[in-house]
Amino acid sequence: MNLLPSLRPILDELTQRFGAQIEHAHAPQPNELYLHAKLELAGALCSTLYRKHQGRLAGVFAEDARAGQNVFFVYYLLALDAAHGFVLVRVPIPADQPELNSVTNAIPAANWQEREIQDLFGIRLVGHPNPRRCALHDDWPEVYPLRKDFDLHSQLPPFMGERHKFREVEGEGVFQVPVGPVHAGIIEPGHFLFSVAGEPVLYLQLRMFYVHKGIEKLFESLPIPHCVRLAESISGDSSVAHATAFCHAVERAAGVEPPPRARALRTICLELERLYNHIADIGAICTDVAFVTAHMHAMRLKERILRVNEELTGNRLLRGMACPGGVRFDFDAGQLRALAQLVDELERQFNDLSELTRGNSGLRDRLETTGVLTPKVARDLGVVGIAGRASGFDHDLRRDVPHDFYDQVQFTVPVLTGGDVQCRFDVRRDEVVQSFAILRQVMAKLPAGPIAVPLGEVPADRVALGYVEGWRGEIFHWIHTAPGNRLARCKVKDPSLQNWPALSEAILGNIIPDFPVVNKSFNLSYSGTDR
Amino acid sequence: MFALETIAHRLRQGCQTMSYPDGPAPALPDRHGGALRVDSARCAAGCDACVPVCPTRAITRLPGQPVALDLGRCIFCSACVEACPPHAITQTNDHRMAVRGRGDLVLGKPGEEEVRLAAALDEKLRKLFGRSLRLRQVSAGGCNACEADTNVLGTIGWDLGRFGIQFVASPRHADGLLITGAVSRNMELALKKSYDAVPPPKIVIAVGACAIAGGPFVDHPQVCNGAAAVVPVDLFIPGCPPHPLTILDGLLRLLGRVERRLPP
Ligand code: SF4
Repeated sequence: MNLLPSLRPILDELTQRFGAQIEHAHAPQPNELYLHAKLELAGALCSTLYRKHQGRLAGVFAEDARAGQNVFFVYYLLALDAAHGFVLVRVPIPADQPELNSVTNAIPAANWQEREIQDLFGIRLVGHPNPRRCALHDDWPEVYPLRKDFDLHSQLPPFMGERHKFREVEGEGVFQVPVGPVHAGIIEPGHFLFSVAGEPVLYLQLRMFYVHKGIEKLFESLPIPHCVRLAESISGDSSVAHATAFCHAVERAAGVEPPPRARALRTICLELERLYNHIADIGAICTDVAFVTAHMHAMRLKERILRVNEELTGNRLLRGMACPGGVRFDFDAGQLRALAQLVDELERQFNDLSELTRGNSGLRDRLETTGVLTPKVARDLGVVGIAGRASGFDHDLRRDVPHDFYDQVQFTVPVLTGGDVQCRFDVRRDEVVQSFAILRQVMAKLPAGPIAVPLGEVPADRVALGYVEGWRGEIFHWIHTAPGNRLARCKVKDPSLQNWPALSEAILGNIIPDFPVVNKSFNLSYSGTDR
Repeated sequence: MFALETIAHRLRQGCQTMSYPDGPAPALPDRHGGALRVDSARCAAGCDACVPVCPTRAITRLPGQPVALDLGRCIFCSACVEACPPHAITQTNDHRMAVRGRGDLVLGKPGEEEVRLAAALDEKLRKLFGRSLRLRQVSAGGCNACEADTNVLGTIGWDLGRFGIQFVASPRHADGLLITGAVSRNMELALKKSYDAVPPPKIVIAVGACAIAGGPFVDHPQVCNGAAAVVPVDLFIPGCPPHPLTILDGLLRLLGRVERRLPP
């Protein structure tokens, strides 16, 4: 087994401790260790990796393998940042007794993902603190769309109702404020139920999955080249990040390495995506506290980036660029000049914007100490990306397990510990500055050569993990290939899914009028969550 | 004094709003490509090379029939353009593609090589909405890309407000809905309720491949293949996401505020 030296001691220790209960270990990539274990061992293995090795539970997902092995498999994906790798624990669940012991009480980060497995695979959760439906709303018929015997063309009976029972919150002067699913602005749908006593929020219940589209099932129905376009539509604001993570997975399954120029161009696109989103968020945070001048300035900068995006790839959101094996379009000298000019211009104007916001005491007054997410809660919930780094949770795949061109450039990862809206604002601001540096280095070092390698048909029955640190946080695509250049399973993990529960914590004790700005400071994707 | 600084900053910015539609529309970059055009007369006999490359199954060719490309389903990936050696499918670089009827987006038959651009609302509705249109946006199962590029229309560069078009917070204050997304089963009820809450007469605008036809999620039982399955649609604006210019053109076209393209 070709395993990273930093993962070796972890494997040794686990095999020594659990012996034959770990039935098989293999590493399709040096930094990806798979442990096939007995079902009973799932909790103990995850807890050990989580507590002892500081693993982050980055994903829990299932796969229907009843056809060949008469079991469902459940996978736990743990990211070991310090060891620069991942451990995937796989346990079998007998088809005739589809039950899973929940690990949520030990590792709260598993909460929603376990419930999703219950909804989509019909695997009953045992010992989950809140085992209600999430992905399929309460009025759905008893169907399990991710089981192999659920036909993509099956007609569902008509259903449409509102049977969801929220938890009761009672007491003198306590009342409920329902918001959504259709919100006031031009944003995606979700339902927030606030329980308030006077002004402060006592409890916030989130009901998501209004835009659940069954994307993971769709992946199983398309030839791999078409899947890339689907990956771009998982979350529009992360089109590049999702598509790139998907391409990584396919490339690893096929055993090909994209050429250096492709990796550099991908990095440029990822950083452009980071830039336009961070700058827009900085502006949007300002709007939510009525500082409109800064918002308009930020949106103008965003528009400037989107036009360059369009010039580079033909699409404002950089869609159509990704393809397994590399990228679809090369940038010529003129396009690179436009990019270099953009970076210079943005840097100047962004400095202006930073000064404008830094000097505004009214803005600081609204952002500081608002919506605090403490480092402890961030770690418990496994909060990822900017939200995690603003609460002292220091991890970034670009640095810890560099993908694409990130091992060729120097940058720092801004980490703050305050956990309030101001910190999430500042982390974005500092990352924007880092992005300028990254873009300049990539352009300076841009390798010559081809932009893609031909992929051919991807071999069947391979598993592979693709990962990208998107602007919002880490994105994972885990695939299991099937014959005929298709996928048997594609698990998509957007950072939003991990971070929504953190919003419920951060809002406690704040007043409802501050909710928009707290929400915006996380800026989570509903579509990425719901898929 | 941050107030003075803010004012000074604002003055330095000057006016950033584009001159379109009084001046020329900002040009689309070459790589964008704009709307597609299908000259089926150029198709090689029996060739259907474009059909399997389309990720959203927007292209069909039945035996003995000209190829049919449904721009409503198209996500503008240009794979079919690359796959077509006789250049029967080409890019027009035209941002205009909003239509009133679903069938106006199907390209390929002789005389129907390009989209048949939208006509304005009838006189009565134009009187009502022509100078003041309030829309409620309902995001019903897309990916947030269409929402983003609709949102952009409210920013200074585009400034939708100068046309009297505004997005409002409640359907009760609205003259119509602007819908994005394929309409997931979980959003069906919310969309219906929003539609019912808009006082008549009302209009519905479907923005993006998802809202028109399900987009990349087409034919999945967990979505409704677009807004028209749930509410009547008056204007279809294709794209994935549509360019803000395409959306703006569609809105102005509906209100009778740009010329209808003359037949060649
Ligand atoms: S450009 Fe449109 S019609 Fe052509 S292949 Fe792409 S999605 Fe299909």
